[in-house]
Amino acid sequence: MAEKVRIKLTVNGVVHGSEVEPRLLLVHYLREHLGLTGTHVGCDTSQCGACTVHVDGQAVKSCTMFAVQADGASVTTIEGLGSPGHLHPVQEGFWEMHGLQCGFCTPGMIMAAADLLNKNPNPSEAEIRHALEGNLCRCTGYHNIIRAVQYAAGKMAQRSAADD
Amino acid sequence: MAEKLFGKAMKRVEDPRFITGTGTYTDDMTLPGMAEAAMVRSPYAHARIKKIDASKALAHPGVLAVITGQEMKEAGINSIPTGWLHPGIKTPPHYPITFDKARHVGDIVAAVVAENRQIAEDAAQMVEVEYEPLPAVSLGSEALKPGAPAVHDDIPDNICFTWSIGDKEAVDKAFASAHKTVKLKLRNNRLVPNAMEPRASLAQYHKASDEYTLWTTSQNPHIHRLLIAAFIMGIPEHKLRVIAPDVGGGFGSKIYQYPEEIIVLYAAKKLGRPVKWTARRSESFVTDSHGRDHETVAEMAVDQNGKITAVRVETIANMGAYLTTFAPAVPTYLYGCLLAGPYTTPHIYCHVTAPFTHTTPVDAYRGAGRPEATYLLERLADVMAHELDMDPVEFRRKNLIPPEAFPYQTPVALQYDSGNYEAALDKALEMVGYQKLRQEQAEWRKQGRYMGIGVATYIEACGLAPSALVGSLGAQAGQWESALVRVMPTGKVEVFTGTHSHGQGHETAFAQVVADELQIPVEDVSIVHGDTGRMPYGWGSYGSRSAPTGLSAIVLATRKIVDKAKRIAAHLLEAAPEDIVHEDGKFMVKGVPDKAKTFFEIALQAHLAHNYPADLEPGLEATHFYDPKNFVYPFGTHIAVVEVDPETGRVKLLRYLSVDDCGPVINPLIAEGQVHGGIAQGLGQALLEEAVYDAEGQILSGNFLEYAIPRADDLVQIEHDHTVTPCPHNPLGIKGIGEAGTIASTAAVANAVMDALRPFGIVHLDMPYTPQKVWQAIHSARKLGQAAD
Repeated sequence: MAEKVRIKLTVNGVVHGSEVEPRLLLVHYLREHLGLTGTHVGCDTSQCGACTVHVDGQAVKSCTMFAVQADGASVTTIEGLGSPGHLHPVQEGFWEMHGLQCGFCTPGMIMAAADLLNKNPNPSEAEIRHALEGNLCRCTGYHNIIRAVQYAAGKMAQRSAADD
Repeated sequence: MAEKLFGKAMKRVEDPRFITGTGTYTDDMTLPGMAEAAMVRSPYAHARIKKIDASKALAHPGVLAVITGQEMKEAGINSIPTGWLHPGIKTPPHYPITFDKARHVGDIVAAVVAENRQIAEDAAQMVEVEYEPLPAVSLGSEALKPGAPAVHDDIPDNICFTWSIGDKEAVDKAFASAHKTVKLKLRNNRLVPNAMEPRASLAQYHKASDEYTLWTTSQNPHIHRLLIAAFIMGIPEHKLRVIAPDVGGGFGSKIYQYPEEIIVLYAAKKLGRPVKWTARRSESFVTDSHGRDHETVAEMAVDQNGKITAVRVETIANMGAYLTTFAPAVPTYLYGCLLAGPYTTPHIYCHVTAPFTHTTPVDAYRGAGRPEATYLLERLADVMAHELDMDPVEFRRKNLIPPEAFPYQTPVALQYDSGNYEAALDKALEMVGYQKLRQEQAEWRKQGRYMGIGVATYIEACGLAPSALVGSLGAQAGQWESALVRVMPTGKVEVFTGTHSHGQGHETAFAQVVADELQIPVEDVSIVHGDTGRMPYGWGSYGSRSAPTGLSAIVLATRKIVDKAKRIAAHLLEAAPEDIVHEDGKFMVKGVPDKAKTFFEIALQAHLAHNYPADLEPGLEATHFYDPKNFVYPFGTHIAVVEVDPETGRVKLLRYLSVDDCGPVINPLIAEGQVHGGIAQGLGQALLEEAVYDAEGQILSGNFLEYAIPRADDLVQIEHDHTVTPCPHNPLGIKGIGEAGTIASTAAVANAVMDALRPFGIVHLDMPYTPQKVWQAIHSARKLGQAAD
């Protein structure tokens, strides 16, 4: 077993220092070391997107990254995006529009959608479909996921208009 | 009066935990002292296991045990049984860990348990297994050939069972005197379920009480408990608690009793520590029971009026290497019995041969048998319509069972209880603008663009099922469903259902109905499922049974509560029970609204029993076991519109529209969501998905890089509407909607693609319609055309 490496990173606003094996994937670090089990593992080929988190504000499939590569980074997981009573507009959209069924792909899907709306606040349907094609869902046929993201885009536009 | 919630598009109450990442799936759980397991799986489809040397693995730091099949067999662990038997069926043993031969890629040869998963996986690679590779067979028809390698030594012809239904003589006669006949050779491609949550199991052994707890990714925890206790491990049934917590999709694949559940239970006792195993996706691909995989010759005969006179079907249904829980039922009663479809076909005969092969077992998957039946009928209908030079819609219309014909007895055992098929067809045609679309298609063709319009009219039999009926057909299980409604002293209500929600939204839809029945706020109702320790015996969720069967049980239990509440109210109000009415959320004396008791007051008195009828038991809870009188029969029409690019072979979905009839809709948001997902699966099978095996039994599409499940940009927004034809034999008139989308959509998309390819003279291609396959077909057709010119 390789020597452990010391890392320090911020996850959902909390600073964590840990000693980890160099081969430890970020997703396993989040789930097993920090107990943040909202980030899921749905495949072993970086295809499904269930493990999507934000690293320094960018959506990343956390199974494609070693924990040691996140040293010094700021990571946001689904647990840090919003909580009941203080939902992120994308979380709200998924709830309002029935954008989830079994809920397993949902955290990754929400993180990917939030990343899309950060970059493109008013995406077309085609842009939403394209942006989410790295996130697989077997339940919804994506129909209501699209509506959820559209809902969130509308909600965020309203909020930023109110802020102006 | 509280707002009626039946029919309301309520947001789901289960969602807050899922959208905030606080759901609890099996792999999310960690217990003190927990060890983890990894499986050593055969890389060969067929090999004799000559020797297993675990010494290196055992010497690896952190490894706790290496378990072999021999060890488990010696410890008295039995084979995993199947749950459905046909006369003469061969049921070879399926041990959790094989010890003589590996019979498919992924067959478990040993299990490693270690301090954590990383160590277990490292050590699994250190287990040295000496294999003697043997010839393998992966295709059903190949397995039936003389001299094919036998999957099980004592079944040299590989035939698991043969099965038939219908009057062959009458069918042959109808074909002999037919005006026209068509014949298609069809391959129904093998699918890999791929619920997004990989299977996982966590077992704990409680030494002091000799009890076990198993958390597992299951659609039906009671079935697991029964199979494990009574057949496999001999654990007294009351000493095993099976919990299916949040489950990330099932689609059939989480019905079955899998080996890993047995292995973690065994290991937990052996080591005295909790043991967890979670599948990697690449393991899911080779071990979750697959779906479909039929090779079929299907024929249809019509008279001079274009009325179908007979359907004849010969199918080879690949069972894979072992029989899993419901496998024998799928290509038989869930398939052959559906071959009337929505049509008045008087004569039907279906013969099925089910061989073993060196592949992953095949069992019920999303629609299970019914998509296969619908696919072949709807392909036949389109090909026949073309032969008759009729519009495919008109051909269907001519043959639909008319609304006045119900109840309708089909020639293949089922009696359809209700239906209005033409109404759904008409609605779909109107929504899609059928005539205009056909004109547009003609215009496009002039421009060298190839639009295809695919129609599928379908029925399904679901809501499994009348117990005595399925018992007479071979089920080793009942198919009734249970409900326990428990009212607490404060008037809050817990409802325990034997069904299981793994995405279907029972916690919401069921609560809506309970709130209506009891006339209480929906917030006061919790739906509890998935724990053998908490609810009465139940058979779980599959076959679109949760609403028609499970919810019917709940409704009848709540009505018992209301009846008892009336008697308590009568006592408190000094009236006769028959004079008490339940209105506006209160129990009141008929015509005297001032004399009333609230649900809370009655619940409290039921628990205090201070001022209480002498002849009545205290407490306020009711159980109901509901055994349906018949299946329920949802139906509808789906229409797909595609464009095929002849230069690339790419099929693009332009529109998809469905009109489904599941009776009265409890929650439109949830019901439509079920349809959307099913449609995506049908599109997946038609355009993208196939478990491809090579001749040696290696799966060539064994992960998401090679096996394409539909992505967001493969689909369009689905246009959906419904008609409402209530089921006449359950309390709410409801029918299942979980599988309808899949059952119809495979055929609709397939027909659309074939319709687009008609100008090239292409009559039939097998799914999936990948660009390469479509391009090659067009290319060959053009070459042929040039040759003919």
